[in-house]
Parts: sequence; C-alpha cells; structure tokens
Amino acid sequence: MAIEVRIPTILRSYTGGAKTVEGSGDTIADLLTDLDSRHSGIKARLLTPEGGLHRFVNVYVNDEDVRFLGALDAKLSDGDSVTILPAVAGGAFAFAAAHALRG
Amino acid sequence: MARYESVLDACGNTPLVGLPRLSPSPEVRLWAKLEDRNPTGSVKDRVALWMVKAAEEAGRLRPGDTIIEPTSGNTGIALAMVAKLRGYRLVCVMPENVSSERTALLRMYGAEIIFSEAAGGSNRAVAVAKEIAAEHPDWVMLYQYGNEANARAHYESTGPEILRDMPTITHFVAGLGTTGTLMGIGRYLREKVEDIEIIAAEPRYGELVYGLRNLDEGYVPELYDAKVLTRRFSVGTRDSVLRTRQLVEVEGMFVGFSAGAVLHAALAVAHQALKAGKRADVVFLVADGGWKYLSTGAYGGTLADAESALDGQLWA
Repeated sequence: MAIEVRIPTILRSYTGGAKTVEGSGDTIADLLTDLDSRHSGIKARLLTPEGGLHRFVNVYVNDEDVRFLGALDAKLSDGDSVTILPAVAGGAFAFAAAHALRG
Repeated sequence: MARYESVLDACGNTPLVGLPRLSPSPEVRLWAKLEDRNPTGSVKDRVALWMVKAAEEAGRLRPGDTIIEPTSGNTGIALAMVAKLRGYRLVCVMPENVSSERTALLRMYGAEIIFSEAAGGSNRAVAVAKEIAAEHPDWVMLYQYGNEANARAHYESTGPEILRDMPTITHFVAGLGTTGTLMGIGRYLREKVEDIEIIAAEPRYGELVYGLRNLDEGYVPELYDAKVLTRRFSVGTRDSVLRTRQLVEVEGMFVGFSAGAVLHAALAVAHQALKAGKRADVVFLVADGGWKYLSTGAYGGTLADAESALDGQLWA
C-alpha cells in the first residue's frame, strides 16, 4: 500500500534530503514504524517518550490534521498523502518571518 | 441603525453574505462573515479594541502609556488605530524586511517600529518584544497569542452576531493563526448550537517558515485548546489562490488569500454534507479584503505564477 509522505526540512537528515518518501501502513502508527525501518530515528523525533505525537509536530492525512481523526490510530488508504509539519506561530507573523528570512 | 458616534463604535456588526453560486444546493448553503468591513479593514479591529479595553479596565493601561507588540500584520494596523484614538504610543516589533505597505500603514497611524534580526523569524521577534518589555516595566505588552481578550472579543461580539444572523448554522469555518477567532466563536457556538462543527483552516506556509533548527523551537499559541475544534485542515497556497480568485470571479467578493484557504475547507465540508444527504448552513469568516495583497500580483496570471509570487509574502 503506497502512501506519499511529505517530510519537513528539519527532518530531511533522516531521508537523505528527500522532500517526499513512500511508506505503507493501515494507520499513522503503522506508517511511522514502516518509515523508521528505512529512515532510522525519524519515529523517535515525531513521538514523545510516552508514545504520543510530539506537541510541536502536526501530521495531516490528505490535508486533515490526524489529531481529529484518531491521532496515531487514524486510518490510511492506498494513495493517501501524508504531510508532516512542525508547529509554528501562525497568521501574518509566520509569513512576515518567511519574507524576512528570504531577505 | 448604521450610524455610529466614532470609528471605534463602528467596529463589528459586519454583514453575513450568502454565496448563491458556490453553494452546492438550496439545502447546503455557504455564508461569508465579511470582517473586512471593519474600520481598518480586518477582523483584528475587534481584537485590538477588546485587548486595549481589557487592559484599561484592569488598570494596566493609562493615557500616554506605551504599548509594545510583536506584529507586522492586521493586528499591528488595528492596534495602531486604536492606540492613536485612545492616546497611547505603540511600538511594533517585527522581523526585518517586511513589506513596505505594512510599515507605511503602521507609521501613518503613528506607530514606531523596532526590527528584530531576520534569521530568527517570528519566534525571535516575540522573544525580542518580551526582552524589551522586561527592560521597560511600565510598557504594556498585550500579546495577542496569549491574551484572553483576543478570544473573548469573538465570544462576546462575532459569535453572537453570527448566531443572530444565521440561527440554523451547522458549521463554522475560520483561519487558524493566534487561534483567538476559532476559540472565541467556537466556544460561543458550542454552548448555543447542538452538534455544531467548528473547523479550522490553517494556511500551509512556505518552506522557510518551517525551517526551524529543532522541533523544540516550535510554537503553539497559549490560547489554543484543541477541544474547541471538530476538524482542522492544512490548505496549500495553490488551493488558497484558486479559491480566492473564485470568490472574485463567481461571487464578486474581493478578499485576502487567507479567506481562500478558509473557503477551501468550507467547500470540503459542504460537499461532504451534500453527499451525506444532510442540510447545512456553513458560515466561514473572511478575515480581510484583498487590497493589501494586490502588489503580490497573485490575483492574475497562472496559478503557478501566483503560487511562487506568494511564497514568502504576507497573505494570512
């Protein structure tokens, strides 16, 4: 079962620089385990020691936040797209920051 | 009556306008709460007014005092107007190199600007504002990300207006930034409307915004309480631009790009209701008009051009 996973810049050290990787699994938890088998260490960065999603990590299935879909138990289907993003201060401010960083 | 004693009194009571062409069916309807119809042209006029009033009532602000705030967007502009009319000095902290329209608007209203180094991004500007506030104990930082009056502005004004104008509301959709809009309106509607769905649309920013050095530099606004939300969507720039243009072309509404992201999520839930055979009145919030974003060029040309024009621009 192929699921496209978009990796944020901050975690690309685990994927050899790749922006997107493929994975498989029936749930987000399965998918993270599958990813970790090829990109060792990535799972530990996304989860807390207690096994929940890191507070500053957001995971989306087809653009919807998994925390509202059962979190790590959120179901996945073939062809789904998963996006992993760090949580940042939102609104205009975040964009101002992007603009500023670009110079 | 649409007569007001001053521009501050003209804050709020914005129109709720139907989308007859983009609504999927007569039973599943979309409604836009047009917050660009506030004095400085954005939803943030309510927030600025409520935060200043709360600080005055608490005795934190007295005439002639200085307000310091990390902001470069609509909140800064709204605060600058409120500060000018109520006799305060405003100092805004923002990263270097924000767009010239914004600094011009802020300076026009008399605000002073302190720049924080670009490389630290928004988190750095918040930190700098906190440092400066600590050096000046008499200055007041309203800090919209953690100020309960931000959410309360919507609990006390925007929420009741929406329910008054649309008692049959089934879904409310808005953008997620400070989270004040969704927390305030969401809590109010949850108390009054059984089974209401509160949906967040979060604009997916450019890569650089997410280029933190480590995950512990992440940030969730203090106001955020996930229990208020039913669902949360991340909307990419291309979808936001597409929907923003659709609003102009199909419904004649000229709005900022964050409203496009919000409409994208609103259309998704509306079409799900249609498919499920349920009736729905989906209210979504338009945070501001398109004027401040015209210079991006993203209202014309191809979607790909618009997408790259907006990458790194202020639009939400």
